[in-house]
Order: sequence, then C-alpha cells, then structure tokens
Amino acid sequence: MNIHIPTPLRAYTGGLETVSVAGATVNAVFQQLTVQYPDIKQHLFTPEGKLRSFVNVYLNDDDLRYLPNKEETAVTEFDELTIIPSIAGGKSC
Amino acid sequence: MLRIHYDDYESLRTHGEETYPNECCGVLLGKNIAGEGNHVRQIVRAGNTRTDSAHNRYHIAPQELVKIQRQARGLGLDIVGFYHSHPDHPAQWSKTDFAEAHWLGCSYIITSVDQGKAVLTNSFLLTGTGEDDKNFEDEPIQIDIATHVAEAEAHNQKGQE
Repeated sequence: MNIHIPTPLRAYTGGLETVSVAGATVNAVFQQLTVQYPDIKQHLFTPEGKLRSFVNVYLNDDDLRYLPNKEETAVTEFDELTIIPSIAGGKSC
Repeated sequence: MLRIHYDDYESLRTHGEETYPNECCGVLLGKNIAGEGNHVRQIVRAGNTRTDSAHNRYHIAPQELVKIQRQARGLGLDIVGFYHSHPDHPAQWSKTDFAEAHWLGCSYIITSVDQGKAVLTNSFLLTGTGEDDKNFEDEPIQIDIATHVAEAEAHNQKGQE
C-alpha cells in the first residue's frame, strides 16, 4: 500500500513523497516502513513504541485513532495511509 | 529566505484582518529550493478549529491538512509552511507556537493584527533534526511583484543566459 510522507519526514525516505510498503494491518505496515526506512522510526514513535502524540495518521479518509481496531485495522494494497503532523499554536495570552 | 508572491503575501495578511479579533491560519504550498529556501507558489486558507479560544489559539483539523496535502500533490507542490495571525500581539512566535511546531524545515509566518489592521509580518524557519533540538530562526521574506514566483525565476534565468 502507499504511504504519503509529510515534507519534514522525507529526509528519511530518500526524498520520496510516497512510499510503497506491504503489510496486512496498519501495525504491520508501520513495522515494514521502519525496516525499509529505519531513520524515520524515532520521528514517528516514542521510545516505548507509541505513535507520537502530534503525529496524525489517516487510513484513506479515516483518523486511525477513531477506527475500532486502531493500529490492528486490516488493510489492502489499495488503501492509502497519510502521515500528517499536527498544526497548532497561538499567541497564548 | 522565504519567497512569496505579493498577492499571496497580501492575502494572508488580509485573512488576519478578516478573522480579527480571532486568529486566522493557513498553509503555504510551494517548493524548497536547495540553497535558497522555501518558495511559496500558493496559499490555502484553513479553518481555525479552536472555537473555544480562537482569540489566542489556532489549530488546523488534520482532516483538512490531509486534503490540502492531496491538493499540493495534485499540483506537484509540497507543504512548505503555515501562517497564522496574532491579534493585538507582536508578530513573534510564542511558547505555544514553538511547542506545537513539528514541521521541521517549514516556514511559520506570523502577522500581527492591531485593532483589526495587519501590521507586521515575520517568518520563522523551524530548524533542527527532531523535537529535542528544534529551533525557530528568523527568516527574511522576499516578496515577488512579478505575476508568479516561477515567472520571476524564469525571467532571472533568462537574464543570466
């Protein structure tokens, strides 16, 4: 399946915007992604292996956090994953 | 250096005036040119989902970002930065802006809007290799008057031949 990589993480995928990774679940796809592109791992996951809080992942048009099976959701080669870090801020006071 | 067309520059400043006293936000599409910096080719206005505190916070819905990234891909462009406004507050990044900044290599434009009028617009480049060593650096803005940055580049190239 294709994974769309956001601009700041393309430094770890050889500049590729889209990478093709095989796997039966989102988790398996992520594992394979970090095998193919090991340097991306620390930017996506905490040392405990949890997806970093500011990293959003969409399976097609669905937020992974709201899917019933989350990372264990089954995928096919026709699905697409999009990694999109959050955008927020403000003057604060 | 950040390069942006005058129309886009004015549009993002106007966006801040339109949403005053709330913060506006949007996305910069373009290309990073090695050795030069981020060149903006198009800006995309986004909604501020922080309706609970829109006067001092902004947040772009991830779903909207996914759509904008798709739009960029279709245009052969990348997300090269973001913009937002600071109503009645300096055009300097805040602790919140820094804590919530995760797009390394991207430009973060901030416009101060005083009493509904856009005043200063500054850009900050998020540098570093990760969350531990990220940093905001002042980034000069070059405003292109030509109809399009690409046209300006083509013109410059032709002039050098």
